Amino acid sequence: MIKLTVNNVPVEVPKGTTILNAAKKAGIRIPTLCYLEGLPAIGACRVCIVEIEGVYALAASCSMPVAEGMKVLTNSRRVREARRMVVELLLSEHNGECQTCDRREDCELQSLAAELGIRSISFQGEKTRAGVDVSTPAVMRDRGKCIKCRRCVTVCNETQHVGALWPQSRGFETSIGPAFNRDLSTVACVQCGQCAAVCPVGAITERDQIDEVWAALDDPDKHVVVQTAPAIRAALGECFGYPPGTLVTGKMTAALRRLGFDAVFDTNFAADLTIMEEGTELLTRLKTVLADGEQAALPLMTSCSPGWIKFAEHFFPEMLPNLSTCKSPQQMFGAVAKTYYAQKLNLRPEQIFVVSIMPCTAKKYECGRPEMNGSGTRDVDVVLTTRELGKMIRGAGLDFAGLPDEEMDAPLGLSTGAADIFANTGGVMEAALRTAYEIVTGRELPMDNLHVKPVAGLEGLKEASLTIEDVLPDWSFLEGATLNVAVAHGLGNADKLLKLIASGEKNYHFVEVMTCPGGCIGGGGQPRFTTNAVREARIAAIYREDEGKKLRKSHDNPDVAKLYEEFLGQPLGERSHKLLHTKYTDRSVPR
Amino acid sequence: MSVGENPCAGCQEATEEQMLAQLDDVLAEYLDTPGALIPVLQITQSIFGYLPESALRRISVALKKPYSEVAGVVGFYSFFTTVPRGRHIVRVCMGTACYVRGGKEVLSALKAALRVEVGETTSDRRFSLDVGRCFGACGLAPVIMIDDDVHQRVRPSRVPQILDQYRTGDD
Repeated sequence: MIKLTVNNVPVEVPKGTTILNAAKKAGIRIPTLCYLEGLPAIGACRVCIVEIEGVYALAASCSMPVAEGMKVLTNSRRVREARRMVVELLLSEHNGECQTCDRREDCELQSLAAELGIRSISFQGEKTRAGVDVSTPAVMRDRGKCIKCRRCVTVCNETQHVGALWPQSRGFETSIGPAFNRDLSTVACVQCGQCAAVCPVGAITERDQIDEVWAALDDPDKHVVVQTAPAIRAALGECFGYPPGTLVTGKMTAALRRLGFDAVFDTNFAADLTIMEEGTELLTRLKTVLADGEQAALPLMTSCSPGWIKFAEHFFPEMLPNLSTCKSPQQMFGAVAKTYYAQKLNLRPEQIFVVSIMPCTAKKYECGRPEMNGSGTRDVDVVLTTRELGKMIRGAGLDFAGLPDEEMDAPLGLSTGAADIFANTGGVMEAALRTAYEIVTGRELPMDNLHVKPVAGLEGLKEASLTIEDVLPDWSFLEGATLNVAVAHGLGNADKLLKLIASGEKNYHFVEVMTCPGGCIGGGGQPRFTTNAVREARIAAIYREDEGKKLRKSHDNPDVAKLYEEFLGQPLGERSHKLLHTKYTDRSVPR
Repeated sequence: MSVGENPCAGCQEATEEQMLAQLDDVLAEYLDTPGALIPVLQITQSIFGYLPESALRRISVALKKPYSEVAGVVGFYSFFTTVPRGRHIVRVCMGTACYVRGGKEVLSALKAALRVEVGETTSDRRFSLDVGRCFGACGLAPVIMIDDDVHQRVRPSRVPQILDQYRTGDD
């Protein structure tokens, strides 16, 4: 252990701890800008500088390790002046358009300037050249606002292994972006929006589509329905000052109704439907291989997360046969809403307008994929992120905290706890196992409170094995079989897992991948700022929502059963195939 | 070596395919070397004369580096260029001594004579024009370098004559 003082407060920390974290332990917060918890610190922005007694130069506390007897000052005159100068220099070239910026309410640069008491900027000079990249459906870049902190570069490369963003050119001309400052659409970007989630300013944001939703709501000829992803209910409250992990399902429903949606439905319903299809697909592939001795691509890999799908299409095209052919719950919902539900109302698919509320930016990309038109027209019309919904609710003048708790509408609003946990890493796996195990054995999944603990939580790569015994006669080929499953979240972890599978080092039957760290609850469209503590709080809330439900297994959803009875036939049947399944495209180009 | 033994004897210039094949040999050699990107880029530029996109894409794949990173390194170092260069590189010293002794006027004369801006190449690909910061020959200011030749105490009026020396010969 190393002993030091921070602002004369003694503190003891393990060797290798940074000054920033030692100060945190001493209860002292040092302002940061480029720093990202849990990722390599690069000391690029110099905002976190501190004075160390006896050391001439100020040090970046995010990357400087502590030493025995160190005396650190985080708020000396010298530090304050230097820190203020650093931020003034950033402000002097920041082409911020602050009055109209998407981040005007939560800009970290502006908060920092306020915290440091900056009232005027001492430096006059050139501004960063403006330039907006709207080449992709989900993510917008505004280079004039970029302060080159490189947080986006870190998440794009270290967390996601995508590598779409990197500093280009040099000096004042430096810009952060794809190769040779080209548009994002020209490179392998998976649209996950983790860059937008960490950007401290308005340089990377989701494409704002709130007005498109208002336009639909104002159109008397449109029947506008809304679906909300499972992860929204555990995070939307943060837009209204609730602590992370507050469940606001009822208020969210009430708010959506008051915004004017004709029906408030649940992506959860489609998540239950997904389990019916994907669980059947898993069992079918296992039967093909184990009972019939024929070829089928194993492990089966989940396909709910559109960033992951695009990642596989770009970087692992040889594994596309392993991807479940199931559309994501969002797209299943759209296809069902514009057919089954439309028929109930005697409407044509074109008369229904489907809005999705997603924790995700990639969903904006997904709904525009040309194959996502099972209903004969585009199945999902507009996707808003959790953040956009928060803005829309505030813009409508609704007092969110004062809203009553309301229930979702039938017939696409009812869901089981298995659907809720789609929001968490490990959740789709758990939901699938709850159903598949019961189909095969006739008994409930033999785990405490139905949770598959080994695949839950924030560890990057997780695996579990399940031995199946006393099966029903139809599934005798599975008697005594051990089912091996793996779960990865964050595409960097997915990259590692896929390489282990490709090399033959690991063998699994079923693999769940979610694009974002923590799963959808940590999505690129969630309220800022998502730290691991926030992820954990949202994950716990989702499990509470699951445990609070009477029905916790997708095959127990009576409305999903009715959908099959009245309309679809059976899982993997002809109509399911047309509406609920999809195909993938090899997009492999050099990164 | 007799003429017959030179596989490229009589060749005008290697084709792009030949150069890419040469690059593949280089990449095979550097495949598992840490820190290989910059030396590979240098060798590549010496093969092609510049860094064409086809070569950079290949480097990105072989060295398992995101294309954005490869491009970032290329853009960072002024030595690297992604546009084809002339057969002769004209560099004008803009160091302090050369600057005060008329380097700027020499540069203007070169721009006028070649009808290109700094960083550009003439349409016949004979000359590329660059500036540098002190060639270490301040006593001879103002200085320009064409390829490896140093031209000292250059007067703007002499510029056309100097360039003419590089307009003869086999190229």
